[in-house]
Amino acid sequence: MRNKVVCLFFLAIALLVTVQACQTEEQLKYAQYYTNGKALYDQHCQNCHNSDGKGLANLVPPLTDTTYLKNHKNELACIIKHGLKDTIMVDGRQFSGEMPANHQMPDIDIAAIVTYITNSFGNKQGLYDVSNAGSDLKGCEH
Amino acid sequence: MRLNFIIAASLLALAACSGENKQKLPILGQREPVEKTVNGETVVDTIYQTVPAFSFINQDSAVVSDKDFNGKIYVTDFFFTSCPSICPVMHRNMLKVYEKFKGNDEVKLLSHTIDFKYDTPAKLKEYATKLGVSGNQWEFVRGTKDSVYTLAEKSYMVAVNEDKQAPGGFVHQGWFILVDKDKRLRGAYDGTNAEQVEQLMKDMEVLLEEYR
Repeated sequence: MRNKVVCLFFLAIALLVTVQACQTEEQLKYAQYYTNGKALYDQHCQNCHNSDGKGLANLVPPLTDTTYLKNHKNELACIIKHGLKDTIMVDGRQFSGEMPANHQMPDIDIAAIVTYITNSFGNKQGLYDVSNAGSDLKGCEH
Repeated sequence: MRLNFIIAASLLALAACSGENKQKLPILGQREPVEKTVNGETVVDTIYQTVPAFSFINQDSAVVSDKDFNGKIYVTDFFFTSCPSICPVMHRNMLKVYEKFKGNDEVKLLSHTIDFKYDTPAKLKEYATKLGVSGNQWEFVRGTKDSVYTLAEKSYMVAVNEDKQAPGGFVHQGWFILVDKDKRLRGAYDGTNAEQVEQLMKDMEVLLEEYR
């Protein structure tokens, strides 16, 4: 009887440790994507969208419109890779400038940028990894 | 004790000195000494580099010339509306200068497009409006390639050029050049650097003070 209790106790601890380890691995992955995403954002996006994601007046759309980013989450990778020429409504305003493409950017970098912008400037959407990017990029309309 | 007194006294003297001298901005560019005869005596005067006469078309399709800048200090730069690289940062910073000196009729801003093919007055107007700029305190102007590029390099010392390899098709430097009421160059600031633009705004106050 006593052995059983001890056994269960250790089993419970083992389970807890495994679950926690899983969580930290996921968190670690998120942190890696987010950090790389920030560096890539500073290099490729910040000029126009600004370090605080507020864009530039009515010339460059802000990334602070959390609804827009949520509704278009599956298109963000395509927009980063192929640019954008359409007129879009963001934050209740119309934007019609052209966003340049980044054709050479690898999927993993695109995923990092999407993770960064969808978890900054008031957004909180969690990890977007390279496999998300891979499947979304297959569906681009370009 | 005596040493302390001497130090204190000289500090006071120094403070008094710097208080009397008004801060002045340097005069940039070429200069040459010329000898003149004043009242029968020969004196040496210095001729500084100045911005020559120019004439462009602005966002309202009106002619803008050097005469519109008489009696004003101004900040000038070179950009193009479809520029994906440094222009958004430059004009985010220039917008701060615009907001700070808005309505001050001694101050003007002058942005030249280097994309003489695409940036028509209508395009410049659309750009200005979207940036939140109205009126003509901030002029967005278009000229021939030759006139704008020559003015940039010879008069304002800013390098600009067409380059098919560069993002957007042009290479250019992001300088903000400060010009005084006598059309002399008084400062050059990196328009992509927020700290230097802060300095520019301080220097503009100093320059305006020179004419008081």
